[in-house]
Amino acid sequence: MAEVTIRDLRKSYGGVQVISGLNLDIKDGEFVVLVGPSGCGKSTLLRMLAGLEEITGGDINIGAARVNNLPPSERDIAMVFQNYALYPHKTVAANMGFALKMRGMEPSAIRTKVERAGEILGLTPYLDRFPRALSGGQRQRVAMGRAIVRDPKVFLFDEPLSNLDAKLRVQMRAEIKELHQRLKTTTVYVTHDQIEAMTMADKIVVLQGGRIEQVGAPLELYDRPANVFVATFIGSPSMNLIDGVVKGGMVDVDGARLALPPGSTASEGQQVVYGVRPETFSAAAEGLAGTIAVVEPTGSETHVIVRLGAREVTAVFRDRVSFRPGDGVTLAPDASKAHLFDKATGQRIS
Amino acid sequence: MSVSRHSPARSVAAHAVLLTYTLIALFPVFVIVINAFKSRKAIFAHPLALPNAETLDWVGFKTVLKQGDFFQYFLNSMTVTVGSLFFVLLFGAMAAFALSEYRFKGNTMVGLYLALGIMIPIRLGTVAILQLMVASGLVNTLTSLVLVYTAQGLPLAVFILSEFMRQVSDDLKNAGRIDGLSEYRIFFRLVLPLVRPAMATVAVFTMIPIWNDLWFPLILAPAESTKTITLGSQVFIGQFVTDWNAVLAALSLAILPVLVLYLIFSRQLIRGITAGAVK
Repeated sequence: MAEVTIRDLRKSYGGVQVISGLNLDIKDGEFVVLVGPSGCGKSTLLRMLAGLEEITGGDINIGAARVNNLPPSERDIAMVFQNYALYPHKTVAANMGFALKMRGMEPSAIRTKVERAGEILGLTPYLDRFPRALSGGQRQRVAMGRAIVRDPKVFLFDEPLSNLDAKLRVQMRAEIKELHQRLKTTTVYVTHDQIEAMTMADKIVVLQGGRIEQVGAPLELYDRPANVFVATFIGSPSMNLIDGVVKGGMVDVDGARLALPPGSTASEGQQVVYGVRPETFSAAAEGLAGTIAVVEPTGSETHVIVRLGAREVTAVFRDRVSFRPGDGVTLAPDASKAHLFDKATGQRIS
Repeated sequence: MSVSRHSPARSVAAHAVLLTYTLIALFPVFVIVINAFKSRKAIFAHPLALPNAETLDWVGFKTVLKQGDFFQYFLNSMTVTVGSLFFVLLFGAMAAFALSEYRFKGNTMVGLYLALGIMIPIRLGTVAILQLMVASGLVNTLTSLVLVYTAQGLPLAVFILSEFMRQVSDDLKNAGRIDGLSEYRIFFRLVLPLVRPAMATVAVFTMIPIWNDLWFPLILAPAESTKTITLGSQVFIGQFVTDWNAVLAALSLAILPVLVLYLIFSRQLIRGITAGAVK
């Protein structure tokens, strides 16, 4: 177990800089999720942590050691890959024990460790099988077992659930989280799925274009996104963004007037983006008037897409509503839960 | 295979075509083998007849075994083929691994340069090769043949193997790196076993031309002690008189070792050819 510190990390391929001056602190035992759209540099960052990719500049420390120039096997890390990366010609037990064998550990000690990991992951009946005889979920568990037996300082997960079907993904998500609660090993987890990030992380790092957009606990990011990118990336359905102008202590949206969120420091006449989470809309007498375009019942809630002039917003209602497409509706946002961003910079105004 | 392709008519047609082809391909071999067991008179009287009690004659095989050092020729052919095969597979796989795994300046250029050998026959360089062998004192050694055949086999080997190695999952190699495998062990323990079908394909395609070659043994190693079986059989073919019994017997015998090698590789070969086509 160890903390991880990344200082002024840079990476470029040829002349193209993909990560520029990144700083990040990961505490001992923390579950950190790196999330962002594809090409944001999250996988590159993880691979640099693992030592599979050379760094162009900066420092990476795992525990007390500066690992910049250490090969992957000497960094005391374990990695779980998207497509499992099990050795096809080795049994489950041999797969899990291989790293230990490479370190020259006693076969009996390896066996004990492998059996214990197999027990934790429910793989005991499969230890003598080959990976090809296992299902996707079981293979991913073997990959995790291979990581567990090493007792590494840090676990690295590279989109481990992307190859699984939706139902299994939810199940494995919970299993990984439970495993972390049990082993308390520092974990860095890469995903492009914000739901995975929200459900699993102690701390989420939102990346875009090789830069960190925001770091924080899941609900912190949800409740106080630092900028428009994080606001739209976290949350599903995503936050509605409505352009407006601050006028007389209110936000003017094409004539409709919305109250400023509490603590807002927006100045008179400023061009702003008014952010409303879909579930904070309610149908009211006053507010944004529009027509209903689509009604999507999901069972527990109903998503309603409403056309407001040229723009569309999504509202989520927890109680059963009897809207029909074409109906007129007036939506009032809950100002106390609204978000305000500067139109030009996209940064939060608070 | 999909159900729709299993209609009986199609199946019969496909088998008919394949059987016809097999018959055509095997016919010369069949003729060689049956005639090897016949007397000279019978060969010319009824070339397509099977040997019977009257025409059965082992004279060809007797001549072959008596004449010269046929066992030595066999051994030479075996040494040259297996030796060249070993080096082609080893160096071909190593080059292919470097080309497919590592990013370096001129990667594509080196790949193209190596592939050039597929299009340009090595025999064009015979004179230069002979000069080289004379200068290095390798004429009439099996080493000279192994060197030439290794060079001849490498381009195709690199080309095929690098394609297959690109398909080996990066994650798997990275998992190996994290587990503490050196690049050599990743190559020998992870990648090579996974491209075994491709190796077998390359082995067969490399082996047969080497075994059958007459050109380089004739030019580089025609001495009695270094003759290969193909070259050795030529002693029975004269300008005026040809000992057909002996020629056919020698050729029949020459099929055997290569057949054995082929059988060893063929199981893998079929997998190699169909890999990618059938998931």
